[in-house]
Amino acid sequence: MKMRRVVITGMGMVSPLASGVEASWSRLLDGVSGAGTITQFDADHLTTNYACEVPKGDGSEGTFNADDWMEPKEQRKVDQFILFGMAAADQAIRDAGLGGESPEELERIGVMIGSGIGGLSSIADTAVMIKEKGPRRVSPFFIPGSLINLISGQVSIRYGYKGPNHAPVTACSTGAHAIGDASRLIQWGDADVMVAGGAEAAICEIGIAGFNACKALSTKHRDDPQAASRPWDADRDGFVMGEGAGVVVLENYERAKARGATIYAEVIGYGLSGDAHHITAPPPDHEGAERAMRAAVKRAGIDVSEIDYVNAHGTSTMADTIEMGAVQRLLGDAAAKATMSSTKSATGHLLGAAGAIEAIFSILAIRDQVAPPTLNLETPPDDAVIDLAPLKKVERKIDVALSNSFGFGGTNAALLLRKVEG
Amino acid sequence: MSDNDIEKRVRNKVVEHLGVEEEKVTENASFIDDLGADSLDTVELVMAFEEEFGIEIPDDAAENIQTFGDAVSYIKQAV
Repeated sequence: MKMRRVVITGMGMVSPLASGVEASWSRLLDGVSGAGTITQFDADHLTTNYACEVPKGDGSEGTFNADDWMEPKEQRKVDQFILFGMAAADQAIRDAGLGGESPEELERIGVMIGSGIGGLSSIADTAVMIKEKGPRRVSPFFIPGSLINLISGQVSIRYGYKGPNHAPVTACSTGAHAIGDASRLIQWGDADVMVAGGAEAAICEIGIAGFNACKALSTKHRDDPQAASRPWDADRDGFVMGEGAGVVVLENYERAKARGATIYAEVIGYGLSGDAHHITAPPPDHEGAERAMRAAVKRAGIDVSEIDYVNAHGTSTMADTIEMGAVQRLLGDAAAKATMSSTKSATGHLLGAAGAIEAIFSILAIRDQVAPPTLNLETPPDDAVIDLAPLKKVERKIDVALSNSFGFGGTNAALLLRKVEG
Repeated sequence: MSDNDIEKRVRNKVVEHLGVEEEKVTENASFIDDLGADSLDTVELVMAFEEEFGIEIPDDAAENIQTFGDAVSYIKQAV
């Protein structure tokens, strides 16, 4: 059976750099960091008191204003991760120029927006409240406002999308799995359009304390949070938590072409694998990641030498160099002419949204022929053959981009994206 | 607490929770049919009344509170 082609026709993003795809992208290219001391709660007593928070404001200059995306009375009923997801979905749907579909067409449009953790702060707050005030004070909106699949539910309700409605949960691979799995639904003909991505809002006391407890977060940069996320650098000491959402509109190529949509890129490959190794650590050679990447390359039917840019998982942990080793094994001799960067150096790690915003950055790298920089990479690893775009963006030919995402539990996803000619 | 005071406080809660204009919150206004609430909104609204007036509204009584007038008269006898 010949698979249908899948292209990206819309993009939306709420990131620690800005609300909006273009504002986030231009700041990323300019080397802006989204890190700072945590403002949404008092985090001074925690081992890590900094993160990459979404800039809040009146909606101007790239700030995020919740009222722009959801009525105040509806905002109270949902956790912040749903709000971020709804905002990114709305941006992507407008960007794609969707609207005015017939009832039959609406049945062919689906939603697959996941999250790594979901309504963590709502769960924590409600647990505290039930102890203090008893179970009768639990809001009827607590459960529907915390469930991970409720972004997909809310988007379908708002826009009338009656196609497949789904939400993956694969920790830090969620966003990439959502885009990959949603592409497959279009390839197989289950849907013609899928709104897909991930969202996260886990910068709360229990979230930071939890990741601190498993020794995953950077802790040494209380005085200079913007230096904390430093993928591959010799002084890296853990990831910096980010928050936000990334959503794309995936569309059957023929449909996109027929309606004259702007086609940003094509999803040409998607690979998945499991490590079967450890709950939080990759195996020393990251062979699971390598198998996911190879599966994507095989599906795409390209030669590894065609890969120009890799958006790495690169979280600023010990695993960075393990991933680099796997990528260099994959690319072989071609590693020396490819560029790889970690945009987490600027955005922090958006967990379940990371794979989605990074797929968008990869698409923009193809569109603008530029690899975004890896901030704070002052001392690259000795065995780096591939260019890691230290400190500055790299203008270069980028026709094919690979975006990697790996998650706790040993779950790996790789997406391959390619420029669409004409 | 005067009857007027109760009415005013109930109306404020309805306006706040359902995001409707104050004029629409009339004696016979049904939360679901006239003020745009769904069944979960009404559960939350009853909880808001409980908190506001420091009372407990049992589930069977809550089911009979369908309009603004129902809420006011129940609360008047409960406080």
